[in-house]
Amino acid sequence: MHSSTQKTLIIACGALAKEILAVKEAMALTDGVFDLKCLPAGYHNYPNKIVPGLEKIINENGDNYDRILIGYGDCGTGGGLDRMMEKYPKTERLPGAHCYAFYAGLPEFDAMMEEELGSFFLTDYLVRHFETLIVKGFGIDRYPNLKAIYFEHYKRLVYISQAPSDELIAEARKAADFLGLAFEHRPVGYGELASYIAQLAPKETADV
Amino acid sequence: MSDSEDDIILKDLNDADLVAQMHDDLYDGMADEVKEGTQILLGRGWDANNVLAEALVEGMRIVGIDFRDGILFVPEVLQCAGAMKGGMELLRPILAESENAASTGKYVIGTVKGDIHDIGKNLVGMMLEGAGFEVIDLGINNPVENYLEAIDKHQPSILGMSALLTTTMPYMGVVIEELDKRGILKELPVMVGGAPLNQEFADAINAHTYGRDAAMSAELAKTIVGKNR
Ligand code: B12
Repeated sequence: MHSSTQKTLIIACGALAKEILAVKEAMALTDGVFDLKCLPAGYHNYPNKIVPGLEKIINENGDNYDRILIGYGDCGTGGGLDRMMEKYPKTERLPGAHCYAFYAGLPEFDAMMEEELGSFFLTDYLVRHFETLIVKGFGIDRYPNLKAIYFEHYKRLVYISQAPSDELIAEARKAADFLGLAFEHRPVGYGELASYIAQLAPKETADV
Repeated sequence: MSDSEDDIILKDLNDADLVAQMHDDLYDGMADEVKEGTQILLGRGWDANNVLAEALVEGMRIVGIDFRDGILFVPEVLQCAGAMKGGMELLRPILAESENAASTGKYVIGTVKGDIHDIGKNLVGMMLEGAGFEVIDLGINNPVENYLEAIDKHQPSILGMSALLTTTMPYMGVVIEELDKRGILKELPVMVGGAPLNQEFADAINAHTYGRDAAMSAELAKTIVGKNR
């Protein structure tokens, strides 16, 4: 028997919102199996905002839930997220250092880095928001000279896709061209994010 | 340069105003103006060391504070660094030739194995140079062997390591342990830095000093070699 009375809150990085809902739909999970709250995806570039942001939501909402799933990896908090979670026994987080690792699978991610350390990864989300987050976010639009400074040591762009369309693949390839990197596409799907959400499924549908 | 009427003519400013203007220009990442200011101060007989310390390093220290406080982000800081570099290129040959070129010390710095983030490391290297260190930059992705080889070859007064990934931070501990095993650690202070680090982590891996930002790291490095006022 799964405990349908258990109330779960997922607090995730905004960059995972669409994907979490896609997994939910693919698993045919009913509405109400979890509530979802997100922090701005832009926190990616300001990791010291992540822990306080999460803690605020936990403090405001935690009492209403039995379980809180944190939709982040360590994400550059330098272990700070794990230290914060020790204070809140209801919380658990996604495995690994960041979304690239849990989408690809931890050993697979390490293998890609082993293969070519100069790899820059794009997920569906980053392909969709490449212009805003990478080109504008890193000021390459304002200062074109920065492209070479950022990517001097990079050799290839690896698009680790969740639900790739021809359009997304073309966009990713364009991004690689823009950065002057070789392009590779590896369809990895939702990886550990899917297993993570699957825990919430009633037993019969858990392995959809 | 535009010839708009509010354009400031750098050479018409007195020394104090010019230095203040150079801080502003550095903050705005205006490389040509910073170079011009450097040239003017040298032309007025300023010692290259003072131009470096008062105009460039001080300007970059201000930039560092606003970066720490979230007012400036990476792209702006990089433009500032570019501007400072321009000024430093003019000063470097003069500094190298000058009589009192006594270096503050040798500093070997590198990003650790598995990590190719290098912006922070480069900035620290620049501020160290500004503080008079001879900086030996090992670049990115350095296994322990690279550090050992560089220590052997250059006999530095300080070793610095940078890491930006949670997964590469622990490697700093590996290097420090190896230095300890070889009896090098008791003579060589190791500084560590990178955004995900903190003092507790530095203590846990037995690092000598944690450097939160570039300006502070340069000051700490001077203190370590006993060259701080
Ligand atoms: C810029 C950046 C990049 C640039 C790097 C360009 C370059 N040439 O270095 C690009 C866009 C290429 C990049 C790539 C990646 N990045 Co990145 N990146 C950042 C970002 C936004 C800023 C880092 C930075 O340069 N800061 C500016 C400098 C000035 O600050 P700093 O490095 O902290 O250095 C200061 C101090 O720390 C100190 N210091 C630093 N080093 C040293 C050394 C010594 C000895 C001392 C004393 C002091 C000191 O002084 C410096 C100056 O004040 C951080 C997030 C963040 N805000 O930290 C993510 C971040 C580090 N990246 C991250 C990730 C995941 C990646 C990628 C995997 C992403 C991808 N899509 O593929 C790749 C790496 C792939 C690979 N093969 O390794 C994560 C790491 C997560 C984790 N769990 O570890 C972060 C934290 C973002 C996040 N929240 O997820 N990245």
